[in-house]
Amino acid sequence: MSAVLQQTPEDAGGVRLDIRSLRKRYGEREVLRNTQLHIEPGQFIAIVGRSGCGKSTLLRLVAGLEEATEGTLQVDGKAIDGLHDDTRIMFQEARLLPWRRVIDNVTLGLPPESRPRGDEVLAQVGLAERRGEWPARLSGGQRQRVALARALVHRPRLLLLDEPLGALDALTRIEMHRLIEGLWLRHRFTALLVTHDVQEAVALADRVILIEDGRIALDENITLARPRSQGDAAFAAIEKRILDRVLQKPADNEAEPANDTRWADGPAHVLRWAV
Amino acid sequence: MNQQVQVLPVAAPSLNGARTFAAGVLRRLVPWLVPVGLIVAWQIASSLGWLSTRVLPAPIDVLKAAWRLTASGELWTHVKVSAARALAGLAIGGGLGLALGLLTGSVRFFETLLDSTIQMVRNIPALALIPLVILWFGIDESAKLFLIAVSVFFPIYLNTFHGIRNVDPQLIEMGRTYGLTRWQLYKEVILPGAMSSILVGLRFSLGLMWVILIVAETISAQSGIGYLTMNAREFLQTDIVLVGILLYALLGKLADLFARGLERWWLRWHPAYGVTK
Repeated sequence: MSAVLQQTPEDAGGVRLDIRSLRKRYGEREVLRNTQLHIEPGQFIAIVGRSGCGKSTLLRLVAGLEEATEGTLQVDGKAIDGLHDDTRIMFQEARLLPWRRVIDNVTLGLPPESRPRGDEVLAQVGLAERRGEWPARLSGGQRQRVALARALVHRPRLLLLDEPLGALDALTRIEMHRLIEGLWLRHRFTALLVTHDVQEAVALADRVILIEDGRIALDENITLARPRSQGDAAFAAIEKRILDRVLQKPADNEAEPANDTRWADGPAHVLRWAV
Repeated sequence: MNQQVQVLPVAAPSLNGARTFAAGVLRRLVPWLVPVGLIVAWQIASSLGWLSTRVLPAPIDVLKAAWRLTASGELWTHVKVSAARALAGLAIGGGLGLALGLLTGSVRFFETLLDSTIQMVRNIPALALIPLVILWFGIDESAKLFLIAVSVFFPIYLNTFHGIRNVDPQLIEMGRTYGLTRWQLYKEVILPGAMSSILVGLRFSLGLMWVILIVAETISAQSGIGYLTMNAREFLQTDIVLVGILLYALLGKLADLFARGLERWWLRWHPAYGVTK
């Protein structure tokens, strides 16, 4: 309840996301098969799965960076057609411009009047005093916080997080979880987090979705109260259940070898990262 | 090593400081020992008459000649003419190289259209064109400008093209998803990303610029450093010839310092160029 009270007036809230009969094919290889997903405004969704399961592809489709082979993706009932202004992405790498100072990275592409707003968001991620620094002087965690500020300065209604904490150390990750959760509670955007870390998914998400071989294999609501403590017994039980489910299926697809030989050839697995 | 550590606290701190200061001065002086020694040996050899002034004038005579030329204002006019030629050639050739490099680097169609032609022409040494250039332009200013422009064009073109092509595609994707317009993407991401490569091209060009200038000025000229030295050669004024050679060295060094200054300013964000406040 308190989160609603904190919500600043200029935040327009999150978007509703509808994904119907979505398919994505790269040549012969089908990365996503008949995916259905409905996400309520302001929900925090975590998508987990093994490398190459199609989770990042799903995110790139929602971002409008890729086009679906079949099916529809709708934001608030309108079909996604290329990049859209309500959506911002945080990538696995910070992708800051090394030749722009921190504040200029945050306000990238915005008019000079937006600088106060940039400073405000930098303060929200705890980096107000580093505004004039070059990105090369920041640590990995600080760079990702600048990237988060750069996404939030646009007041996104849909924030896509593509394993943004994958390269950070364990302590920095826990700090970032708190920060992301706090900012999400405050701004109430819809969040879609792709991660291979089940603990991270359970710590942050309202709903954890497991993608396996291009299909949604598990869709679980996490009703634990926030802020969540990772030492908690209920937390650990949920984490274990999901992790067991992820591991249940071996990576080499012994379960369905007959009709699915194309998944076995190695190089095609790597191909997804090239596009 | 152990002994040293034990001895140091015993020694008076002021003496210790003086010793490290002296070591520092010595370290700075050592690289100069050989050149200064050579010049002294050269001066002695000339004074004793071992070296004919026809072969090599005494260093002191070179200094005197430089002073005479400076005092009469002759030196300054020749330097001005040479520098103006070099810079005009650089502006024309380098400007074209930059423009075409940006074009072929950014637009696939222009790469297909132009790049293979440019790569073919690149393999012709600019100096091989001299007979043709003399036929086309005669032996006046435009011939010199043409030679310099042609030779500085390629390093800048190639490095600009290469720089644009090597801009991190992840940054470009980021720029697009953050709603940058085409022009903003160019200004904020592509051009700064290519800048270090473009500056490498500029430094190559500056080096070539002086080489070609020297050759062009020795072919035929009525003014400039090349004219000064060729004219002095006719009258066996080896001291003036040496002044000319030293001037080329000095101008080359100045141009390189200028290019380094540009690098230090434009790439000040880059850890390799010393990230500063």
